Amino acid sequence: MASGFTLTPRSVFAVLLLVGLGLVPLISGALAQPFYVTLFTRILVFALAALGLNLILGYGALVSFGHAMYMGIGAYAVGILAHHGVTNGWAQLGAAMVVGAAVALAVGLICLRTTREGGGMAFIMITLAFAQMMFFLAVSLRAYGGDDGLPISVRSDFGLFSLQDPNTLYYLSYALLLAVLLGMRRLIDARFGMVLRGCKSNERRMAALGFPTLRYKLAAYVISALVCVLAGMLLANLTRFVSPSYMAWTVSGELIVMIVLGGLGTLIGPVAGATALLLLEEVLSSLKFGLPWLDKLINQHWLGLIGLFIVFVVLVMKRGVYGGLPAGPPTAKGRPK
Amino acid sequence: MTTGLFLTQLLNGVQLGVLLFLLASGLTLVFGIMNFVNLTHGSLYMMGAYFAAAGYNAFDSSFLAAALVAIPGTMLLGFVVERLALATLYTRDHLDQVLATFGLILFFNEVVRAIWGPASVYMNVPQALSGTVSLFGLPYPAYRFAIITVGLLVGLALYLVIHRTRVGMLIRAGASNPQMVSALGVDIKGLNSLVFALGAGLAGLAGLMAGPIVSVQSGMGEPILILTLVVIVTGGIGSIRGAFYGALIVGIVDTIGRAFLPMLLREFLERSVAQAMGPAIASMLIYLLMAAVLALRPQGLFPVRHG
Repeated sequence: MASGFTLTPRSVFAVLLLVGLGLVPLISGALAQPFYVTLFTRILVFALAALGLNLILGYGALVSFGHAMYMGIGAYAVGILAHHGVTNGWAQLGAAMVVGAAVALAVGLICLRTTREGGGMAFIMITLAFAQMMFFLAVSLRAYGGDDGLPISVRSDFGLFSLQDPNTLYYLSYALLLAVLLGMRRLIDARFGMVLRGCKSNERRMAALGFPTLRYKLAAYVISALVCVLAGMLLANLTRFVSPSYMAWTVSGELIVMIVLGGLGTLIGPVAGATALLLLEEVLSSLKFGLPWLDKLINQHWLGLIGLFIVFVVLVMKRGVYGGLPAGPPTAKGRPK
Repeated sequence: MTTGLFLTQLLNGVQLGVLLFLLASGLTLVFGIMNFVNLTHGSLYMMGAYFAAAGYNAFDSSFLAAALVAIPGTMLLGFVVERLALATLYTRDHLDQVLATFGLILFFNEVVRAIWGPASVYMNVPQALSGTVSLFGLPYPAYRFAIITVGLLVGLALYLVIHRTRVGMLIRAGASNPQMVSALGVDIKGLNSLVFALGAGLAGLAGLMAGPIVSVQSGMGEPILILTLVVIVTGGIGSIRGAFYGALIVGIVDTIGRAFLPMLLREFLERSVAQAMGPAIASMLIYLLMAAVLALRPQGLFPVRHG
């Protein structure tokens, strides 16, 4: 945000959102409600994952329906290593990144091959299928809890700081979110991001210009996967638990919902969307109208309302919460950028 | 003994394949003609099973009543959902279609939980099919054999309808060039609705047939939806022929793999390793198959022939 900050509805919203997220532990401490830190750490983690997915979904139009798999890889790297007594965060980070990159390279290469001729259709189905494969692999890992999941007794230890304190975990997630936001901003404006966006609007033309488009898309796919791996590591540290349900296909779906709800192909959109969706889920699951039958119906079946809400977002709020805000000063016609 | 076991598992594989075909044919038609990714297909299957169980329990355990409730009920539901929500999405990009149908899945799952409760609903195999039939000298459950028969008959009927009737000709034409078909004065909207309802009916039929052999519960449509997507991608998107062969391949590979791979691994590996890896690899087998097919033939095994 250092270069060329202009006062627009979007930039004001972005600053308010990010500053607000930074103040959560203070507010939660003042209200003596430690629950908010947990809730908002979760929001930050999913915002981070959605930010990763947005690189290929928003800027590359590659609809991956399987990015929960990478969150799962990150979470299981923490869980499995901690199970064997390796609680060093750097070792866990290294293992998670290596495994995540290897899986993303292989899966990305196979999935992206289909985007050439089949349109985006096959890509959606195949990424979903691969994520499902990982899900079943995790279910069948009986040594690591299988279906029941694996508790993590000790959180990652990074030497300089320990994640035992919830506020430390919160600020680590927050710092990573800001770092990835800045990184994404640089990446998207760089030549790499230009090529990626070029492929989104017309891949054949980019190929004709001599760009090895598959290589660019694969690199973007791997980067986006690794951001999700990172988010998965944080998630495991937050819940001190891993289970196959972290890679359930509905999680992949929710990540996409967050991006679209926030604003597809905008930098802050995924953060806004993750915040909005998770807060909405939280509100719906504990909403009280004072009518016992209605409260019970909503609190038990809130997921159904989320489902209808998603349909509504798709049909009506095409540009999303953040994406719908004007990007330029009110007088300017058209939408710069 | 082993040959007998193998044959039984092979038949179970065919039975799963046939069930997958009922779903894949509808899904692939909807995709081929309307260029529409319909994830709610799994929910229609689930609703079919619930309708069947409701009909079965309401009408004195009559399987016929279950069928009469399930198939038209699912067709009607499919028609209504298509008209209300999905038809406006045909011109949108795949992302919107995936999201909206994903939302509908969440919605339908909660609807059945609100109406029928979180516990599984049960229905029994019809009396006449509760025994076994003798196939190649092997006793095989008559009901599973009936599923195979029904599935193959539906496959044959679909083939005849699509290749020998006027409606089938329009469907084929719609699959290869919808704009041209509509320019020639065909009511493409009606054709879309018809195909969607037909697919929904097939999903309902699959739900009905699966009802007595699986537990009917919220979310039952999702695992089979994902298997169906694997079938479609492996067979070739939009192709009924691909759906048929793809379904049989996936059904057989999955069943045989789960039954024999752990045993086979024990021959090569240490017992403990084999015990740990067997189920893991068996559950990944069809996805590995899909990956192999796509790595070699990104368009699938039996792609639609244009021309």
